[in-house]
Amino acid sequence: MDNASLEITNKNNRLFLVFAGELTLYNISKLQTKIETLNLDQSEEVILDFSKVTFFDTASALMVYNLQERTSQSHIEFQIVSAGKDITDMIKLIKMHKDKTEAIKRLKKKSYLEMLAQLLYSKYLGFLSFMAFFGELFINTISYIGRVKHIRYKEILFEINENGIKAISIISITSFLIGLVVAYQSAYQLKLYGANIFIVETLGLSILRELAPLITAIVIAGRSGSAFTAQIGAMKITQEIDAMRTMGFEPYKFLVIPRVIALMIIMPILIFIADIMGMLGGMLIAYKDLDISTTLFIDRFSDVIAAKHFFIGIFKGPFFAFLIAVIGIYRGLGVKDDTQSIGINTKKSVVESIFAVIMCDALFSIIFTNLGI
Amino acid sequence: MKYIIEVSDLKTVFGDKVVHDGLNMKIKEGEIYGIVGPSGSGKTTLVREMLMLQEINSGTIEVLGYNISNINHIQAQELRQQWGVLFQAGALFSSLNLRENIALPLIEYSDLSRKTIDEIVDFKLSIVGLKPNDASLFPSQLSGGMKKKASLARSLAMDPKLLFLDEPTSGLDPISARDFDALILKLRDILKLTVVMVSHDLQSIYDTIDTLAVIDDKKIVYEGSVDNISTFDNEFIRTFFKGYI
Repeated sequence: MDNASLEITNKNNRLFLVFAGELTLYNISKLQTKIETLNLDQSEEVILDFSKVTFFDTASALMVYNLQERTSQSHIEFQIVSAGKDITDMIKLIKMHKDKTEAIKRLKKKSYLEMLAQLLYSKYLGFLSFMAFFGELFINTISYIGRVKHIRYKEILFEINENGIKAISIISITSFLIGLVVAYQSAYQLKLYGANIFIVETLGLSILRELAPLITAIVIAGRSGSAFTAQIGAMKITQEIDAMRTMGFEPYKFLVIPRVIALMIIMPILIFIADIMGMLGGMLIAYKDLDISTTLFIDRFSDVIAAKHFFIGIFKGPFFAFLIAVIGIYRGLGVKDDTQSIGINTKKSVVESIFAVIMCDALFSIIFTNLGI
Repeated sequence: MKYIIEVSDLKTVFGDKVVHDGLNMKIKEGEIYGIVGPSGSGKTTLVREMLMLQEINSGTIEVLGYNISNINHIQAQELRQQWGVLFQAGALFSSLNLRENIALPLIEYSDLSRKTIDEIVDFKLSIVGLKPNDASLFPSQLSGGMKKKASLARSLAMDPKLLFLDEPTSGLDPISARDFDALILKLRDILKLTVVMVSHDLQSIYDTIDTLAVIDDKKIVYEGSVDNISTFDNEFIRTFFKGYI
């Protein structure tokens, strides 16, 4: 007999439940509905007969246990007959563990208002911790600069190499292509009006002032911001940060400030390179598409593009660098003790630093325009 | 008797989970003090609090005479130079090789010459049983046992009075684990260390520990010698020491 079956007979308000076959979790669902829909109101006694049962698993025992609970709640006699030792043991085991687990109450379901409040509160805590991070960074920077002997030149130079020198090629290529694309698109429009020579103004202004700093910052945010987060996050998981703290090495001095300073030093230089490469890209298109010779281009460039545009672009560099480094490191230090949190924090760090850079750029735009620069 | 660490009436709360409540503990100078308890009972948290890696909610912890919840930056730095910590996974700095790892605190805190520092590093490597050739390896190139030894060497770099060990023998094979126990005992005698250790390794507890503390139900339920543990009735102790008592 493979299938389980259940026969229910009623004699003088005594319910006889005769089980037969293999009672397993694969086939007891039908029996379960039968038992659950059973009307016990009239009965005085429930008798379970297991004489024909060949196999009995924990799911079936749970079913029997639940029935027993029901009967005891409505004060009905409950009896198990002709059950082997296996079956009674199984039911006992269920009973023992049910008693243990019953004490723990299920968590209350939260209302939407509570969830919203919790979300807001966690955001508020996040903001506070970011402020605390800034505070610590500020205090540490002051004590760092106060003692020239303690400045970690080696680390700073290492980070400059890692995050600056090694990024030169990718930044050059990206900004060259950006210069190319901008020039190509403008060339088409300018040709319509015969205003070919104005390509110099278009490119000079847009690349020096906005595009080169922004593209550099975005590449660095993706490259170094994510690296900072992942590196520091991994150090947190392997308890290296804790080890530093117990040895009295302030992680801010060892890990944070060298990275921030390195990025702030190298960023203007990278922007300068991006400027050159962007203009080269533009010059190429101007020569090919608009027949403007390089000599003419450069002559025109020095005539119409004031140096202030170049300096504004460079000036933004340290600010962008600061934002990228600080967000990357803050996210790295925010990594919890699991690997998933490295992924989440790295993602957040890149997205947030690009966002912060663009916000900062917009702010500068407004300020400089209002100052008439 | 002088106490190296005194914890009184400690309370720790994470969110709405109370980890410690009214926990008291006294660690004598020169002893090996073991902390055991079921998982989640807050052993590591307690050690982290002693190490100033975690804030306490109420109560006091005094380490080497400093009250750590009321300590200024300079005192904290002094205290940190008097202890050594061996983390569970070693926590060697992954960007530095072994020699640089051990030399780091010496370079930072002393004005010793490079040559002297190298000699100190070689000595520390040899007392934990590593060869001078290993010094140029990076943490990722070390086996589990070597990592623990190297990390021990680093924690001993500044000749601390107090050594914290977080599960020193976990993840080691039985032979390396017994070697490590013997090493701890030897170092305690040579360097006059006080050792605080969190452990799950019964053999290591019997072999090394002078005073055992059992954390259960948010406080210390037993503090005393390992030999008297059988007289004490507690569910965790009965299960943990089953077969030994």
